[in-house]
Amino acid sequence: MNKAVAPAQIHTEGVINPKAEVRNFSFYYGAKQALKDINLQVETDAVTALIGPSGCGKSTLLRCFNRMHDLYPDNRYEGEILLKPDNINIVSSRVDPIEMRMRIGMVFQKPNPFPKSIYENIAYGLRIRGENRKKVLDEKVEQALRNAALWEEVKNRLKESGTSLSGGQQQRLCIARALATDPEIILFDEPTSALDPIATASIEDLVSELKGKVTIIIVTHNMQQAARVSQNTVFMYLGEIIEAAPTEQLFTNPKQQKTQDYITGRFG
Amino acid sequence: MAIARRPRAIHKLSERIIEWLLFLAAASSVAVTVGIVFVLITESYEFFKFLYEEGRIVEFFTGTRWTPGFAQAAYGILPLLNGTLLIAGLALVIAIPFGLTTAIYISEFASSQLRETIKPLMELLSDVPTVVYGYFALIFVTPLLQQTLLPGMGGFNALSAGLVMGIMIIPYIASVSEDSMRAVPMSLREGSYAMGATRLETSFRVVMPAAISGVIAAFILGISRAVGETMIVKIAAGSQPVMTLDPTESVSTITAFIVAIAQGDLPYGSMAFLSIFAAGLTLFVMTLLFNLIAFWMRARYREIYE
Ligand SMILES: Nc1ncnc2c1ncn2[C@@H]1O[C@H](COP(=O)(O)OP(=O)(O)OP(=O)(O)O)[C@@H](O)[C@H]1O
Ligand SMILES: [Mg+2]
Repeated sequence: MNKAVAPAQIHTEGVINPKAEVRNFSFYYGAKQALKDINLQVETDAVTALIGPSGCGKSTLLRCFNRMHDLYPDNRYEGEILLKPDNINIVSSRVDPIEMRMRIGMVFQKPNPFPKSIYENIAYGLRIRGENRKKVLDEKVEQALRNAALWEEVKNRLKESGTSLSGGQQQRLCIARALATDPEIILFDEPTSALDPIATASIEDLVSELKGKVTIIIVTHNMQQAARVSQNTVFMYLGEIIEAAPTEQLFTNPKQQKTQDYITGRFG
Repeated sequence: MAIARRPRAIHKLSERIIEWLLFLAAASSVAVTVGIVFVLITESYEFFKFLYEEGRIVEFFTGTRWTPGFAQAAYGILPLLNGTLLIAGLALVIAIPFGLTTAIYISEFASSQLRETIKPLMELLSDVPTVVYGYFALIFVTPLLQQTLLPGMGGFNALSAGLVMGIMIIPYIASVSEDSMRAVPMSLREGSYAMGATRLETSFRVVMPAAISGVIAAFILGISRAVGETMIVKIAAGSQPVMTLDPTESVSTITAFIVAIAQGDLPYGSMAFLSIFAAGLTLFVMTLLFNLIAFWMRARYREIYE
C-alpha cells in the first residue's frame, strides 16, 4: 500500500524473498541519532545475523522490529520497516505496537522467564491472545517445549517455577515461549552471551533448526556464531549498515574495507 | 617511621572505642526491647496467676465479657479481639484494593513526573497524626453515613472508625507495594510486552506476581498498623467491649481499652492494672503472629533479582 511512495528499489544481496524491508530508516534516542538511513531486506525463513562492534546499534535496530522503543519516552522512528507480505509499516505511529508484537517474538540477552510455572510461562502468550481451552494449551505448550528441545527435561516438572531452571534451560524456555504463538519473525538479542559453552551450543543448534520454519534475526558479538547459524549477515558500524551479504561471502570475501578490518579482528 | 607509630596506635585505640560504642548502642536497644517484653510477661503472669487461683483461666479465652475495672469483673478477651479484628477487617477491605490499585497506577502507568509528585504526597499523608483521622471519622464520616445510608446508626460505631482507618492505611500499602513492584526488573516487563501483552496484562500477570512477597509484606504491615491503631478507635468507635459483627455498633479494641482504663487511677497491682498487661501481651502475640506469617510468606514467594 505504501509501494507508490516508496523510494528507489532497495536490494540486499542474497535476499530472494524478503520477509521485512527496512527503508530509509533512522532512529533517535531523544536527540541522539542511533541509526542512520538504514536500508535492508531480511530473507523469509532464514537466519540473518547482525554483527558489529559494541555500541554500533545492533540492539537498537533489532528492537525497532517489535517496537520495543515505544516503552520508553522520547524515542523516535523515522522511515519505514515493512512487514511482508502485507507491507504494513511496523514503525508507523498509526500501527498498533501490540499488534506487531503479536506477530514478532523476541528472545533477550539475559533469560527472563516470568515468575510463573514452566507451563504458564509458555501458555502466557496464548492466554493473552484469548486462548484458555485446556486441551489446546496443553498441546501447544508441549509442542513449543519440544521445538525448543526442552520437553524431555521438564515434562515431569511443568508446575515448577520457570526461574528454578538452569540458565541455558531458562533461555530455551524463553525460546519456547516465543515459539508457542507461531510468530512470523523471532528476534534474538545475543541470546547466548549469558550462557556457558554447552548451553550456547544447544541454543545455536536450536536456532539452526528453526531455519526454514520462521524468519530469524539474531544479534551476536561472536563472529563464529554468526558464521555457524546464519545464512545472511549484516555488518553495522556507528549506526550504519556497512555491508549486508550471504554469510559465507561476507566472511570470506567482504567488499568493504571496514568489514574486512572487523572480521580480521583489526578493531571491535 | 618512628613518628608514624604513635598515631597508628592511637588510631587503633579510637577504632576500638568506636566499635564498643556502636556495640553498646545496638545492645541497649535490644536490651530495652527485651526489658519491655519481660515486664509484659511478668505482669501478665501475675494476672493469669490470679485467674488460675480463682479457677477462671478458661474465661480469658472463651468469656464474652470484658469488665476488669468493675466490681463484677469479667475477664473474657474475646470482645476486645472481636472489636480489634472487626475494625482491622473493615480497614483492610478499604485499604487493600485502593492501596494496590494506587501502587499499580503509580508504578506501571504514571509518568515519572507524576510519580515524583504523588510519592511525597503519600508520605505526607501518612504523617498526619491519627487524632486528626479520629475526629475526621467522628465529625465527618459518621454524620455523613447517618444522613445518607444508615440513619439509625449511633454516634460511635466500628464502621466509620474502620473506614477511616482504611483510608489512613492506603498510603502505607500503596507505598510498600509500589516499592516492590518498581524493584521488578524492566527485563521482565519487556518480556511480557514482547509477547504482545498490554500494560494492564503486564501489570497484573507479570509485575504483580513478581512483586508478590513485597505486596504481602505491605498487607501485613497494614494489618499490624490497623491492629495497633488506638486514637481513631478511641475517638470514633466508642469503648464498648461488645461481641458483635455488626459494624454499626460501638466496639472497643485492645488498644482502645488500654488507653481508656489507663486514664483512671488504678491501684498498682490490682487486677484492672494487670489486665492492661494481659491485653498488651495478647496484642503482642497477635502482631508477632502476623509478622511470622509475613516472614514465612516472603520466604516462600520470594523471587530474587540481581
Ligand atoms: N536508552 C538509550 N538512550 C540513549 N542512547 C542509547 C540508549 N540505548 C543505547 N544507546 C546508544 O545507542 C548506541 C547503540 O546502542 P546499542 O545498544 O544498539 O548497541 P549494540 O550494537 O547493541 O551494542 P552491544 O554490542 O554493546 O550490545 C550506543 O551508542 C548507545 O550508547
Ligand atoms: Mg546490544
